Amino acid sequence: MSDSSRVRPGSTLEIRDLQVAVEDKEILRGVNLTVRAGETHAIMGPNGSGKSTLAYAIAGHPKYTVTGGQVLLDGADLLDMSVDERARAGLFLAMQYPVEVPGVSVSNFLRSAVTSVRGEAPKLREFAKDLKAGMDALSIDAAFAQRNLNEGFSGGEKKRHEILQLELLKPKIAVLDETDSGLDVDALRVVSEGINRFRSSGETGVLLITHYTRILRYVKPDFVHVFAGGRIVEQGGPELADKLEAEGYESYTKATA
Amino acid sequence: MGLETKPLSTLHDKASYDVADFPVPTGREEEWRFTPLSRLKGLHTGAAASGGVAVQVDAAPEAVVETVGRDDQRLGRAYVPADRVSAQAYAAFEKAVVVTVPREAVASKPTVITVTGTGEGAAYGHTLVKLEPMAEAVVVLEHQGSAVYADNVEFVVGEGATLKVVSLQDWADDAVHVSHHHALLGKDATFRSFVVTLGGDLVRLSPSVSYEGPGGDADLTGLYFVDAGQHLEHRLLVDHSTPNCRSNVVYKGALQGEDAHAVWIGDVIIRVEAEGTDTYELNRNLLLTDGARADSVPNLEILTGEVAGAGHASASGRLDDEHIFYLQARGIPFEDARRLVIRGFFAQLLEKIELDELRERVFAKVEAELEK
Ligand SMILES: Nc1ncnc2c1ncn2[C@@H]1O[C@H](COP(=O)(O)OP(=O)(O)OP(=O)(O)O)[C@@H](O)[C@H]1O
Ligand SMILES: [Mg+2]
Repeated sequence: MSDSSRVRPGSTLEIRDLQVAVEDKEILRGVNLTVRAGETHAIMGPNGSGKSTLAYAIAGHPKYTVTGGQVLLDGADLLDMSVDERARAGLFLAMQYPVEVPGVSVSNFLRSAVTSVRGEAPKLREFAKDLKAGMDALSIDAAFAQRNLNEGFSGGEKKRHEILQLELLKPKIAVLDETDSGLDVDALRVVSEGINRFRSSGETGVLLITHYTRILRYVKPDFVHVFAGGRIVEQGGPELADKLEAEGYESYTKATA
Repeated sequence: MGLETKPLSTLHDKASYDVADFPVPTGREEEWRFTPLSRLKGLHTGAAASGGVAVQVDAAPEAVVETVGRDDQRLGRAYVPADRVSAQAYAAFEKAVVVTVPREAVASKPTVITVTGTGEGAAYGHTLVKLEPMAEAVVVLEHQGSAVYADNVEFVVGEGATLKVVSLQDWADDAVHVSHHHALLGKDATFRSFVVTLGGDLVRLSPSVSYEGPGGDADLTGLYFVDAGQHLEHRLLVDHSTPNCRSNVVYKGALQGEDAHAVWIGDVIIRVEAEGTDTYELNRNLLLTDGARADSVPNLEILTGEVAGAGHASASGRLDDEHIFYLQARGIPFEDARRLVIRGFFAQLLEKIELDELRERVFAKVEAELEK
């Protein structure tokens, strides 16, 4: 429920009793979660618990069928929108496994995406400058702009490239699905700095899916949710992450089995 | 790899200048089984020539262009017709265009041969492009208008010469075109063919390559876009009969609409003598809608144990949902995402067209197809 006494600039993502199936198999069993501007929520949970399913369902991947519930961005139901409408409404999903798209260059792709999201083509020179600055900040070699989208990128390069898109597209709410996995320490730091730049305005919300507390040392969450068996089974502050690191998910997976 | 163990004769069995040596096809023959004969408008049954095309040549200053009669001794030396329609074209053409690029000459601009259909009935043609040793040239064949046209094109690439050909089939909707392109490569010759087939009711184009000496290098690229009701067929044949030659065939097509039909046949023969051959062929089809059909048949026959490399691949499929999803998830509307992915599918091919103006033009035509 909105709390009118603390109105802040920025957006709110509300996930209400979300139920999702994949190929007739029920995966999400009623997820409730609200992400407000300025907040960072971490979702942690064992493999196969449905974290990516949550991310994809919010973004509108055609393989995931919403069987119940709502996902509201500033009150508008994202579930009524096409995938691209959701993105233009201000949602961003950094994917766990970014796909390779042959023949589409990074620069062409980014320019198309920025044009679509902003509703007008950016001035070429400005765009080139923004792109260069964004790539520099993430230690991405300039040559990547001419390469085909994600084609032959290493795991870490793909993830950095996801964050580059995040910074260029400036969404209201970002869902980051295991952006930290497969990154070495340096890359993790670079990527975390990118996420922190994105949230520094205080007007954006972040839903960060991860297995490890490692990234949470760089990107401090306000809330930590434990995900198991297709729903959130416990919530807490940053200290919950440390508990998970020490004890694992066993107690939760047993409970939901 | 699924090697075919058919006898050689099925790939390249007949060659004759005499139409009578080829029975009228019934559609049951291996080489005709994909082609809708009823739409050939008589090209296979001896339709009389009524001069339905105009041929225009805009040549590089270094090239010598002649229009010659049937009796010119240079014609038909590199290539002997291999099927009924080809033999018919050879028997019926009245004038041939001969383009010669002299020894060591480097053509300073492309030579453009434009064939324009005038809609006045069947026509037959013959073209010979001859590069003398060490010469270099670019030749563009443009086909446009309404025609019922069969022709043979001979490319004779002399020792150490380099010939780059772009053949653009941009016919009107009702055109029928059956064509053979044969390249004969001398020692260390380089041949680049880029075929773009977009227009026409029925186009059946058969590019083939043979080698006269070692070191020949052929690169055959093709791009086609098949709309509803169109039949666009490409039949490749590379005959490796000398050692240490190379061939690379890449054809890609997109199909959309009811009864859009693409046929690709990729025959490669590596004969006993052709040791050290390096060959690869690939065909990919993108089926953009229901009701479109792509037949893709690679045949690789290896008769020697000593090849440097030999492979083939063929795949037909739909647009990848994951690609579209990724682009849409970045705000790019579905139609734009689709266009970007299809353009990407063709991108590497288009980059092979070295002439900027021509590449842009082909690019624009592909874009226009996408808008349909
Ligand atoms: N396309 C699909 N087809 C069939 N089953 C699927 C599909 N996608 C997900 N699932 C199933 O849904 C369940 C949840 O998968 P999901 O990818 O959401 O888990 P996750 O929590 O992201 O796991 P991980 O930590 O390994 O990334 C799994 O049992 C998985 O096998
Ligand atoms: Mg996952």
